[in-house]
Amino acid sequence: METTARLNKKAIAGFMQNNAIIIIMMLIAVYVGISENNFFTMGNFKNLAVNTAVRFIIALGVSGALITKGTDLSAGRLVGLGSCIAASLLQRPDFSSKLFPGLPELPLFFVLIVTIIICGLFGFANAAVISFLKVPPFIATLGMQTLVYGICLVYTGAQPIGGLRKDYTGIATGSIFGIPYLLIISVLCGLFMWFLYNMTKHGKYMYAIGGNENAAEVAGVNTGKTKIKIYTLAAMLYAVGGILLAAKAGGTSVNMGSGYELEAIAACTIGGVSTNGGVGKVSGILIGVLVFELLKISLQFLGVETSYTYIVQGLVIIIAVALDLRKYLAKK
Amino acid sequence: MSDFLLEMNGISKSFPGVKALDNANLKVRPGTVHALMGENGAGKSTLMKCLFGIYTKDEGEILIDGKPTHILNPFDALNKGIAMVHQELQPILERSIAENIYCGRFPMKYNLFIDHKKMNEDTEKLLKEVKMNFDPKVKLSTLSVSQMQSVEIAKAVSANARIIIMDEPTSSLTQNEVDNLFDIINTLRKKGISIIYISHKMDEILSISDEVTIMRDGQYIGTWDAKELSIDKIVTRMVGRELKNLYPPKSNVPGEVILEVNELTSVSDKSFKNVNFKLKKGEILGIGGLVGAQRSELFEAIFGIRGVKKGTITYKGRQIRIRRPQDAIKQGIALLTEDRRATGIFGVLSISENVAIASLNKYVNHGFVLNNRKIDTLVKENIKKLSIKTPNSKTKIQTLSGGNQQKVIISRWLANDPDIFILDEPTRGIDVGAKYEIYSIIAELAKQGKSIVMISSELPELIGMSDRILVMCDGRISGEVAKEEATQENIMSLATKFV
Repeated sequence: METTARLNKKAIAGFMQNNAIIIIMMLIAVYVGISENNFFTMGNFKNLAVNTAVRFIIALGVSGALITKGTDLSAGRLVGLGSCIAASLLQRPDFSSKLFPGLPELPLFFVLIVTIIICGLFGFANAAVISFLKVPPFIATLGMQTLVYGICLVYTGAQPIGGLRKDYTGIATGSIFGIPYLLIISVLCGLFMWFLYNMTKHGKYMYAIGGNENAAEVAGVNTGKTKIKIYTLAAMLYAVGGILLAAKAGGTSVNMGSGYELEAIAACTIGGVSTNGGVGKVSGILIGVLVFELLKISLQFLGVETSYTYIVQGLVIIIAVALDLRKYLAKK
Repeated sequence: MSDFLLEMNGISKSFPGVKALDNANLKVRPGTVHALMGENGAGKSTLMKCLFGIYTKDEGEILIDGKPTHILNPFDALNKGIAMVHQELQPILERSIAENIYCGRFPMKYNLFIDHKKMNEDTEKLLKEVKMNFDPKVKLSTLSVSQMQSVEIAKAVSANARIIIMDEPTSSLTQNEVDNLFDIINTLRKKGISIIYISHKMDEILSISDEVTIMRDGQYIGTWDAKELSIDKIVTRMVGRELKNLYPPKSNVPGEVILEVNELTSVSDKSFKNVNFKLKKGEILGIGGLVGAQRSELFEAIFGIRGVKKGTITYKGRQIRIRRPQDAIKQGIALLTEDRRATGIFGVLSISENVAIASLNKYVNHGFVLNNRKIDTLVKENIKKLSIKTPNSKTKIQTLSGGNQQKVIISRWLANDPDIFILDEPTRGIDVGAKYEIYSIIAELAKQGKSIVMISSELPELIGMSDRILVMCDGRISGEVAKEEATQENIMSLATKFV
């Protein structure tokens, strides 16, 4: 009896240690929920769900890079590029300041697919630089971040893009049986990635590269090809994120998505994706995003000024990574 | 005045789930070489880490010169006269020898600037003591492993260490370098410095050490005068039972030629050149030679990891080109690499994932969906067949012992059912009991008609297991020895033919 009790105690202590940041943030949310009146309302939850939905898609993209011990700092700017391409091609014909005044009304799906493919090409370029030129992912994607921003500025002439077509904005505002399309798309992305990570060779190869890239090479894993798939798919997910964000906001500008890569990396780390590579689950990523969004909303409810929320978010990112690395430090 | 320079009494240390040290003792006399022996996991390294302040002991006392001492961390240990020459050296490659020796305690001028002149002069004197004639300003990256080790020893001497711990110092040295190291050790011993010497190599232990302490399962077994001991006695005490045979019986029959290599030459001028050899079906071909003879490089090139400038590989009567490991795997060649941690295991992944990674193509349904249940069955079969000691198939491989990790990687290749197994130092860092199991697996594979290439630096193992031994020296094949006439002497003379 005594030993089981002690084991349980140990197990609980271990759980607390491994999920410390999630527990702390949940406690904050509970505190805010009790002390503020409008926190536990349908409207607030819907808001949370919709915010989480888009960030989750972006975090899924970044997770592949993180699991293979890389990173993708171009995520936010690619979200922006995706939103600008889609929005510029889907403005209302009668809108006065169209980016392309003579543009005919293009089929919605065609535009979305073109957007996803163009962003995918940038992801492909990321992977090519990383796998073939052997540039560290941090530098390669940092360069790409700036490069994509520049392209986006040139493309839009730094003008905001508004007046989006109803069928396009409908993706973000519409719902079926009361469930927003946004949520459904997000869940589908999550299921797809879960399947990819757990039920395909690609997933196993990805974890193997993160676990030990040299050993993966010896075991016959084509590491270059696997990374190309990872970074390309990631960029396509950023495009989806960008498309949804522009639709939700009814317009976009070059600054859309700025800084989202850091939020995504933070959410992944909070959710147990290790910056040491080889570890990370889709369910964890979802929890990470949810908790991070919950924190943001809680701070809003507490009336913390936006400027201060940045300070808190920055701290959370650093603490999350520090706690993660502690798990893998040699236990002394 | 105590008889002992160092006494460790009743040391215990637990990690979550394991008691690594259970009441362990060690008593070292001044000016002696004291060997510490035991199988992997016996607690030798843990005990040394407690002494060096890397771990904190749970129980027990440490006495230096008969006085109780607390060691807080490695820096403190160094101040108290204890130095460690690491199993895996951790030098700063891009800095000079002098900086490596004095890092953390640079001689200063006016307490403000580093006194480079003094540092370099002192280093030169120190290097002479360890028989190295080197410019102290030379970058460490230009030295060989054994020279780096000498630098490490010089560092210990410079810190006035009275106890130097050497953990597997000869594991990657050639015979000449080992002799050189022993010269240095003898000089140190004469100066009254005590050496704690950890090694798996019995003949070395018997020739260099004065006393031997043996540990098993974290416990102290006993201390003996080295003169009273023989290899058999040590092994029996380490394993706790008598090992009748070091090698299993073999019943394989070599058949027709399966692999023929002609004039194979590396893209690198310093590597192997004009290599010719044949490998037969069901044969165990040993590859001997000194470290640096380019044995691993040759077989990594055959496996597609390294580039080849010219030469041909004929496999099953057809000439093939292997550009990358995938090509070799497809042809039915497997490679167990020399450095398990760097190029073998996926530490954070489960045993299951470690086993399945090279054979996933076999478990794909509908073109892309993995059959995880089938993979699990395969893994469980292998755990049973190779008697891998693990709680279950989901356990992370990094928590297993070296021998069990090696078996997991062998399972990885078995799952592919290859025809040729290239095993590069298959028993390195593995204890006596697990070694026998690995040998049995090799013998069984050969019996089934698989061809085995076994690269090994341990001569007894090479002679005990091989049907035929090729010896390499300086990137070339320097000779072939048949099993019947193989002796340590004739292999060594071939291994040093071109030096």
